[in-house]
Amino acid sequence: MAIADVKTAYERVQAARNGKRPMGSYYIEHMIDDFVELHGDRRFGDDAAIVAGVGYLNRIPVTVIAMERGDTIEERMKRNFGCPEPEGYRKALRLMKEAEKFRRPVICFIGSSGAYCGIEAEKRGQGLAIAENLYEMMGLKTPVISVVVGEGGSGGALALGVCDTAIMLENAVYSVISPEGCASILWKDASKAPEAAAHLKLTSYDLLKFDVVEKVIPETGKTDREICSALKAVLMTEITRLSQMTPEALLDHRYEKFRKIGG
Amino acid sequence: MSGLREFFSSLKGSPEQPPRTCKQCGTEIPYAEYVANHCICPQCGTYFRMRAVERLDETVDPGTFQEMDKKLKSKNPINFPDYAEKLEKAEKASGLNEGVVCGTAKIGGIDCGLFVMDSAFMMGSMGTVVGEKITRLFEKATASKLPVVGFITSGGARMQEGIFSLMQMAKVSGAVKRHSEAGLLYIAVLTDPTTGGITASFAMQGDIIIAEPKALIGFAGQRVIEQTTGEKLPAGFQRAEFQLEHGFVDLIEERSRLTYTLRKLLKLHQPHN
Repeated sequence: MAIADVKTAYERVQAARNGKRPMGSYYIEHMIDDFVELHGDRRFGDDAAIVAGVGYLNRIPVTVIAMERGDTIEERMKRNFGCPEPEGYRKALRLMKEAEKFRRPVICFIGSSGAYCGIEAEKRGQGLAIAENLYEMMGLKTPVISVVVGEGGSGGALALGVCDTAIMLENAVYSVISPEGCASILWKDASKAPEAAAHLKLTSYDLLKFDVVEKVIPETGKTDREICSALKAVLMTEITRLSQMTPEALLDHRYEKFRKIGG
Repeated sequence: MSGLREFFSSLKGSPEQPPRTCKQCGTEIPYAEYVANHCICPQCGTYFRMRAVERLDETVDPGTFQEMDKKLKSKNPINFPDYAEKLEKAEKASGLNEGVVCGTAKIGGIDCGLFVMDSAFMMGSMGTVVGEKITRLFEKATASKLPVVGFITSGGARMQEGIFSLMQMAKVSGAVKRHSEAGLLYIAVLTDPTTGGITASFAMQGDIIIAEPKALIGFAGQRVIEQTTGEKLPAGFQRAEFQLEHGFVDLIEERSRLTYTLRKLLKLHQPHN
């Protein structure tokens, strides 16, 4: 299978974007028991690009927030190809606050080319929505674990990425800008994306080396179910570990995790 | 203007400031007149993008600014091609080591922490040093119980520093949050342009958000929106007036009144007992 052989940064970008690659809903379905989806930001609407709700990871109640692009073309239209609007981020924040109230850990699944770029999204405060998530997640008194399962596209990904433990699947990528965007700004030529991808250092192993993520889940030679099981085991270990920390220690640890990046 | 003179004499090869030319109406404005008029064209009223030193000179009580972390310089954390040369060029062009100037000063007699971004240095884009300097400023202000005033102008995160730039958005947000939890005031002044990851972080985290007239303020770039959606952008889209109408900034203030307004707001938030 092609995905198993990827080597270059851009091949990993393509693997991360592969239409058949499992996204948020897959992990919810195969990892979370008794999942109940909860909708809406209670401000304006419900954004289908983010699926969120509550359920059990083994026997631990958790809140799960997942970017989802959908499988069929109809579903992808409905889910805006996984690009969240401000309402998606506000729904996420609403449910994170609820998780904090009930002392539930939060698991975020990230996989999106980025926050939706549109006139309406701007009118409803796309920048503010992301800014509020970054700000509030820095003070959220419950464990937060973020898993980049697909493409981690810039600020729109980071809005679910302020966490205590960051995990990436091997072929996931995480970047400040898409390789195409980078290539067209730098060289006025989007076709140089593979070159840009290599320079951007956006692979899971790059980010592990930079201490931006703590764990990489290997994919090579593994089935989706095996990857899911391996991820579940890591999530269990991390939730158990983080749940033993006091809220103050947890927040200090989270602050320091980001504080040291580029310090 | 002692600060200004000192600053400009520190720039190699530019002891005298040449006149400025208005891009809108072509008027040539002698430099002394230009700064006396708040870097606004006296003919047509166009706002120029202010240099950090011009902003400081206009805003803070004379002689009170104490710069922090002046010498911090960006490295090349992901070894991005041509970045070292770009930094060198930006340094020469701007006379600065990075795209933000931070420090403490008095405004109307009130001690503040200040950060002033400068678009002459790589469009004020945020890499690790810009993120680090603003984080340190908020940490210092938290420890010293000072309000923070930030003058913002930035094209967004700096792509040449890759994921490190993106993570600065979270890092600064954490420092802003801690400053806020200490009960301290943060006033964000959004100037042209304020976009991308800056809008999606500390630009929108102020207790009070002031915008300069007509400043471009938004998350997604205009060309990107047009290309993605194929829609024509409405007139005035993402300008300060648009953001005010949609409820994202507290007020729009004329540059000539800005210092006065900042003084009033800082005074009102002084601890009283």
